[in-house]
Amino acid sequence: MEINGNTLATLKRGEKGIIRFVDAADPQVQRLMVLGLVEGAEVEHASSAIGGDPMEFRLFGCGISLRQEHAKYFKVSPVAAGD
Amino acid sequence: MTKRSEIRIPANEIPFAKRSDASIAVVGNPNSGKSTLFNRLTGLKQRIGNYPGVTVERHIGLLKVDDKVIELVDLPGTHSLSAHSLEEHIAVDVIFGRMQGMQKPDGILVVLDATNLYQGLFLVQQLIDLKLPMVVALTMTDAAERSGVGIDIERLRQALGGVPIYPIVATTGAGLPQLRLAIADMPSLVPTERIVVWPELTEAARELSHDAREPLRFAELERLLIDGPIDANREFLEKLGGNARGKLEAVRDSLFGIEPPIAKDARIRYAWVRKVLAEVQHSAPPFYSWRVQIAAFINRPVPGTIGLFLVMAIVFQAVFAWATPIMDLIDAGAAVLGASVTQALGEGAFSSLIADGIIAGVGSVVIFLPQILILFLFIILLEDSGYLARAAYLMDRAMRSVGLSGQSIIPMISSFACAVPGIMATRVIPNRRDRIATIMAAPFMTCSARLPVYALLIAAFVPARQVGFMNLQGLVLFGLYLFGIVAGILTALLIRKTALRGPKPSFALMLPEFRRPNLQTVFIQLLGRAKVFLYRAGTVIFTVAVIVWALAYFPRSESIAPAVERQQTIAAYTLSGEELAAEYQRIENVAAAAQMEQSWLGRAGHFVEPAFAPLGWDWRVSSAVIAGFPAREVVIAVLGTVYAVGDEANEGTLSGRLKASTWPDGRKVFTLPMVIGLLIFYACCLQCAATLAVIRRETNSWRWPVFAWLYMTSIGYLGALLAFQLGSA
Ligand SMILES: Nc1nc2c(ncn2[C@@H]2O[C@H](COP(=O)(O)OP(=O)(O)OP(=O)(O)O)[C@@H](O)[C@H]2O)c(=O)[nH]1
Ligand SMILES: [Mg+2]
Repeated sequence: MEINGNTLATLKRGEKGIIRFVDAADPQVQRLMVLGLVEGAEVEHASSAIGGDPMEFRLFGCGISLRQEHAKYFKVSPVAAGD
Repeated sequence: MTKRSEIRIPANEIPFAKRSDASIAVVGNPNSGKSTLFNRLTGLKQRIGNYPGVTVERHIGLLKVDDKVIELVDLPGTHSLSAHSLEEHIAVDVIFGRMQGMQKPDGILVVLDATNLYQGLFLVQQLIDLKLPMVVALTMTDAAERSGVGIDIERLRQALGGVPIYPIVATTGAGLPQLRLAIADMPSLVPTERIVVWPELTEAARELSHDAREPLRFAELERLLIDGPIDANREFLEKLGGNARGKLEAVRDSLFGIEPPIAKDARIRYAWVRKVLAEVQHSAPPFYSWRVQIAAFINRPVPGTIGLFLVMAIVFQAVFAWATPIMDLIDAGAAVLGASVTQALGEGAFSSLIADGIIAGVGSVVIFLPQILILFLFIILLEDSGYLARAAYLMDRAMRSVGLSGQSIIPMISSFACAVPGIMATRVIPNRRDRIATIMAAPFMTCSARLPVYALLIAAFVPARQVGFMNLQGLVLFGLYLFGIVAGILTALLIRKTALRGPKPSFALMLPEFRRPNLQTVFIQLLGRAKVFLYRAGTVIFTVAVIVWALAYFPRSESIAPAVERQQTIAAYTLSGEELAAEYQRIENVAAAAQMEQSWLGRAGHFVEPAFAPLGWDWRVSSAVIAGFPAREVVIAVLGTVYAVGDEANEGTLSGRLKASTWPDGRKVFTLPMVIGLLIFYACCLQCAATLAVIRRETNSWRWPVFAWLYMTSIGYLGALLAFQLGSA
């Protein structure tokens, strides 16, 4: 499994990835895990606001927005397009 | 004919505790449709909105099925049983039966959003651990179907250990009859078996419960293990007893190691959810529906931000342009009504009370009903369509630079309608510092009670010229709203930099899909708003109008009437025809003004006049402003009454009277600098007892409401002073 330093923060708009590892020391990150951003979940970067922050991700049909500073704690492996 | 009908007891004689057969909590994720369902079931009109956190308090309603009366409790949404924000705490406390003055619920009605099973099942699974009777209402099945999600309900029921599941559409009422019956039977329902998603946790709980002093439910042990010995779990900790308490840390250590408990718990439970989803959900929700497309477009930085301002501009334009014809109608109607009352009853105290006190006072406030309803219509539409949450997301970065987060946007936009629900909406903000800073900013937002004041002054003193695609009046109104926003944000910034310094606020927000607003919901809410407004006009404003009228009418001067007669007799010698009629009118006006000046209100107004003279206010404006401190829209009623009794009475409408009003030396009172100052005063000043009370309650201290009042009043005064002095210099 190749991760290569990809995180939610580096996903481009429209790209999908599967969360592989979460650095959960920050309580805010733990909160995001309660919302469903956990290892094994497939997410898509749906949009970002001005300046690329905050970002919106789609996860099993629901939208979650979070800031880049937190997105970088979620390591992802990209999912090939057409999956 | 039932046998029971003979032994029916009047409701007020039944002891309260027995009035319902069971108390059932409505639990679910934020924005899952709990309030919509609750309203359907109980007929109560709860606030509904398409952003997470509309319900921030619990609401109780009764559901009658045959001869059973079930009490339903609508709770704020929560994602899990470990509470994160104040509103989640409320939900979790009620569920665990530790909310003061409320017993433990007898059962749980779970509201599961069919379009968001992922987060929904995460919560349902934890709720099953409570071992309470439970029924699942699978709602929004219409929306799920539309976006191509198929759910195998029988399999889902099995996966959840046999919990009864009822597919419904809360907005249309489909499926509700069956659900109703199921709720009525809930108390006799045997709770389903727990689902073991995490054997080690079950084992740890069992180990802990061995030495517990009192028996603990599994869900309680779970909270102790995951959340630890935090304050909220005090009660469970006591049940555990001294021995086991020592063991808690050791058990937690071996269970979680160095991993944060909440993180590990979430990972394991969501893995289970994904497994269930793979079994029960036929087709994954498509990533691109038209709603998502719109969202994506609006979220593009440039169209999104332009769109946000455009939306707001359209709202203000509409508030002015659409309402004017109806307002003119009400205004003219009130004038005709007042005149015909005076004609029918003749001059005198009673006719003056009806015409000048009640019709002029209450009428001058009721006239703003169309504008307020248009404003509310827009806010309800923005809320219900899901746009507010988008606005929060779009504005997060900007808000961050002033020490707030995008989450503060929603309470602030709600405050455009009224600061009271706006301040209550701050409960979704997890951090106390951010929350208080937002509470302090909220009263600066232009609420619907400020709107009449602005509208009156703008309509009277700003020309209705066209500027680009907007009317100058609409533009000035827009400017005032902007002013409120800027003042509020600067205040929040100031507070975050001084009294409430701390780490910058966090931001994580669920973004609901766009929904077509439900017409029925919109209509019901609008009607509710109209009722509240008219009720206030009929009670508070009515009372104030009568009191102010009495203060302005009494005491009657003994010397004025003879003086009028004398002067009129003199005039009759020198003038005739139209000139004489005009002279008569002038003399009467002067007399009315003199009478007013020596009335109680006049004397009080003169007493405070020196304090407000530097702002360019005469005693009438000053006394109206003072009367408006408990509720700011009262000022209009007072102006309406004062100017109906005074010498400008024959000017027709209130704005005409204001324009005509002069100082004793003939200078106009309402000059442009004075009006601008007055507008600034109203934009700042915290003239609202209800807002002060809610700040007191939400911050749980007197310090904040007192500070807010002093701070806002001083800014308002200084602003008005500056505007008038600089403008008149
Ligand atoms: N299509 C569809 N929309 C629904 C249904 N039920 C509710 N809605 C919409 O969902 C949105 C949220 O509804 P609410 O009842 O406020 O949700 P809530 O769970 O009380 O939300 P919070 O109090 O914020 O936790 C509103 O826009 C409703 O119109 C349904 O059965 N079908
Ligand atoms: Mg609700």
